[in-house]
Amino acid sequence: MASVRKLGETTLWGLQRIGRMGLFLANAILCAATPPLKISWIIKQIWFIGFQSTLVILLTGAFSGMVLGLQGFYTLNRFGSTALLGPMVALSLIKELGPVLTGLMVTGRAGSAMTAEIGIMRISEQIDAMELMGLNPFRYLVVPKLIAAMIALPLLTAIFDVVGIFGGYFVGGKLLGVGEGTYFGEMSNYVRLEDVLEGLYKSLSFGALIAWICSYKGYHAGFGAEGVSKATTQAVVLSSVLILFWDYIMTSLLF
Amino acid sequence: MIRMEEIHKSFNGFPVLKGVSLEVKKGEILTLIGGSGHGKSVILKHIVGLIKPDRGRILIDGMDLSQLKGNQLEALRSRFGYLFQGGALFSSLTVFDNVAFPLREKTKRTEEEIRVKVLHQLEEVGLSDAGHKFPAEISGGMLKRTAFARALVTKPEIILFDEPTTGLDPVIAHTILDLIQSIHANLSFTGIIVTHELGRVFPIAHRVAMLYEGRILAAGSPEEILSSGDPIVRQFISGSGEGPIQFSER
Ligand SMILES: Nc1ncnc2c1ncn2[C@@H]1O[C@H](COP(=O)(O)OP(=O)(O)O)[C@@H](O)[C@H]1O
Ligand SMILES: [Mg+2]
Repeated sequence: MASVRKLGETTLWGLQRIGRMGLFLANAILCAATPPLKISWIIKQIWFIGFQSTLVILLTGAFSGMVLGLQGFYTLNRFGSTALLGPMVALSLIKELGPVLTGLMVTGRAGSAMTAEIGIMRISEQIDAMELMGLNPFRYLVVPKLIAAMIALPLLTAIFDVVGIFGGYFVGGKLLGVGEGTYFGEMSNYVRLEDVLEGLYKSLSFGALIAWICSYKGYHAGFGAEGVSKATTQAVVLSSVLILFWDYIMTSLLF
Repeated sequence: MIRMEEIHKSFNGFPVLKGVSLEVKKGEILTLIGGSGHGKSVILKHIVGLIKPDRGRILIDGMDLSQLKGNQLEALRSRFGYLFQGGALFSSLTVFDNVAFPLREKTKRTEEEIRVKVLHQLEEVGLSDAGHKFPAEISGGMLKRTAFARALVTKPEIILFDEPTTGLDPVIAHTILDLIQSIHANLSFTGIIVTHELGRVFPIAHRVAMLYEGRILAAGSPEEILSSGDPIVRQFISGSGEGPIQFSER
């Protein structure tokens, strides 16, 4: 009896959580869809989420592409089809690894900072102060992050993909001997527009997901500094897991 | 003007307010004293609707706070100034921009009009030279002054001060209280000052109320409180370790 009750309580608690997170997102979208938009706050966030992440994305993109080139070459070599290295690297990056790894890197670099920033504003009563001035904190804190992340993520993903493709060429072509014409020529034969769009949709939705989860966790951070550090950890874990989960859902729905 | 009737509030099943009733008249300064963690900040947040009571009513000019619609609540809040305990300044904005913030975002004044108003306000609280600094770069006393300037710049009728002198050295604390007093002489706002350092605040209070264990234990003029026969009030005022107050800090 007690265990049934416990199960029911946990289920209700979980449902309530999901409901609250859903309302949070709905509220953010509503604010984003109605003026005024705080343009200068959005630009600041694009700079922070996007520009400040470029170095990390360049590095991870290059190494991911190089590993793909290496692994791909040896695998394809067994089937005698190293000529297809170009499309293999490009499709892996464009459809999956680019959006997912970019999402995970941005979660770690910018998402955790979003949670901490909003969480500190919560516990230091800056959010209360805003509300008392008759200003909607969502417009200043959540909406700019949502929009900026949805702009920055596709751009960062594009950088990741391009750098990765050249990283793969560096290893597969320069070091292991696949010809330049073969590598890039086969790539343009096999990569279709749908593949690029799939990557774009994924990166857009990951941007929204990161901003949503990380803002929510900060906004509802508990009491004190401990509450903020807990919220930050939870935001990174939840956002990372949801990126992988949502990636699976989108892959199975889209194609 | 402000009236709280039998306010009850618990957090996570733990009761903090157990029937608080309090009244503040127009133009009056009430000092609310009580141990730390007893719910003084919670009372102030109830008055502006940041926290909703489990039971009881809050009336501002006879209007029941819980009955107000979104824009009515906003209109009511615009009559308040609130000094948060830690200042609650926006850390990404300079002192000047913090004070200018409510004017820029809520009024249609030109940038030049705003500049004049903000500079005047900064001068009034003695911060003319600090406008370009960020909150992280200034001292605790300057932080409170900036928060005061931000609260004053919209000319509020009612100002709530949450521990305006806590954590400041005695000289600075004194200048802050002088500032509150001189601005009250000019604007005659209605005020509530929350503190646990009563000695300093008695001179500027018209009335004093003491919060203890979730209720208002005593309320009256400073003289009445000072000469109170209640052993708890006496112990709190004398700051003695001996008496009916146990280790009640939470
Ligand atoms: N938003 C909140 N959530 C949970 N507990 C709270 C909240 N606000 C205040 N409390 C608790 O209420 C009690 C009174 O807090 P507070 O009003 O800040 O005390 P003080 O008299 O020092 O201002 C404390 O035990 C505090 O932990
Ligand atoms: Mg307090």
